[in-house]
Amino acid sequence: MAKVPVQFSLNGSEKAEFVDSGATLLAVLRGKAGDTSPKGGCHQGTCGACSVLIDGELRLSCLTLAETCEGAEITTTAGLAEAGVLHPLQRAFMDGFAAQCGFCTPGMLMAAKALLDRTPNPTREDVVEAISGNVCRCTGYEPIIQAILAAARANSHNAA
Amino acid sequence: MAVRRGRGVAAINYPTGMNLGGDPSQALVHSTPTGNFMVTLSSVDLGQGLKQVISQICAETIGVPTDRVVVDTADTDTGPHCMGTFASRGTHRIGNAVIQAAKEARQVMLEVAAEELEVNAADLETDGAGNIHVKGAPQKAISIFDTALSAHFTRGRSISGRGMFLVPRSFPETETGAMKPATCYAHACTVTEVEVDDETGEVTVLTVKNVFEIGRALNPKMVEQQLVGGSWMGISHTLYETTEPYYPARDHGGSDFNEYLMPGPGDLADTEIIVLERPSADGPYGAKGPGEMCANPQIPALANAIFDAVGVRIDHLPITPERILRALKEQRRV
Repeated sequence: MAKVPVQFSLNGSEKAEFVDSGATLLAVLRGKAGDTSPKGGCHQGTCGACSVLIDGELRLSCLTLAETCEGAEITTTAGLAEAGVLHPLQRAFMDGFAAQCGFCTPGMLMAAKALLDRTPNPTREDVVEAISGNVCRCTGYEPIIQAILAAARANSHNAA
Repeated sequence: MAVRRGRGVAAINYPTGMNLGGDPSQALVHSTPTGNFMVTLSSVDLGQGLKQVISQICAETIGVPTDRVVVDTADTDTGPHCMGTFASRGTHRIGNAVIQAAKEARQVMLEVAAEELEVNAADLETDGAGNIHVKGAPQKAISIFDTALSAHFTRGRSISGRGMFLVPRSFPETETGAMKPATCYAHACTVTEVEVDDETGEVTVLTVKNVFEIGRALNPKMVEQQLVGGSWMGISHTLYETTEPYYPARDHGGSDFNEYLMPGPGDLADTEIIVLERPSADGPYGAKGPGEMCANPQIPALANAIFDAVGVRIDHLPITPERILRALKEQRRV
């Protein structure tokens, strides 16, 4: 099968890959671009572990065809920390013990970032809605909800 | 037809480990040339935090900061023997083995330090910050870094230790069948309030208040994390999860996350966790196994609350709306 050339930006660096027609963005990110931070949980769009931002929008990379990402800006969990300093959400997840086995964590972080990018001061209901497409087996969700609210408080405190 | 409220309570004892033919775990500890300590295990950390707790136990026993300990969970080809991390046994069984190994390594470490300081090893103590000194004379001291260098390059000693913890096999008494299948019981109690819609069979869990007695909490935040997540999982087991809703038939079994139901972030009950610490006599620094018990007391408590609300006893899990409605129908027929 003919390969399809795709160029996109991944966490700020330019990528050019030849991908199989029909290959998912998740497969290309993990298998070709070397970014294993998005996780493949269900590969059918029901667990949220593969969530990434495409041009700022929260997307399931397991249901996104790589060839549709030509020219797109893609952000993954691997791009959250800057110069070795954790993103406030990562810091809040760590401080709040919001990860246990950690498999859902990258998807949770991206869903939370998508929320806070638009809604810097979310309500609890906003947070619940934002992560309702992400499955977690370990935490019971409450520590994750609290961590996202804490990150939002820390951000607004720093901005003030 | 109405939404009816009920309250249920349940208390449980929960064993640490199991005993199907002896329950052993083994650990090896050795120092690097610069005085860090390696713990070698075959015990897997799959997210429950075993590495963190083992590094604390080893550090506490040897007398070094936790960040000076590296835990290698290796693999079953190369590591010492472990039955595995299941049955809530990790902290208790493996922790006890690590204490034994770390004590032996500490003794060698103190002997090397004693030779360097020209004192009796029995007169030495550690300060917990990486130094060894003569009791009552902190100026007469040597760092663990220098002690390890001396052991490796001058004294030719291996600062290392072997640990094995075995709960021997318990054979049943032929007359009574009595045996000791497990050790070191933890305890828990849950009180829960629910609303049950007797028209739809839907259960809403309002509050879940849990008290856990888990021996000493070696890492209180990780214990809390386990118990909070476990309380949610207990609700999930009670009301949602099954792969075979019509067992033994496999029909309608959930095969993916669309069909295999668990409560989501919008379905959380108001949850309270209280930890009671009654250090166990045979556990590492008093620990018991808080692992699996976290998701147990909610199940009978919720079944009792549903009975209190609508008067039907459901003895199959999960307690689905269908099972409640069938029981209510049977109740009206009788």
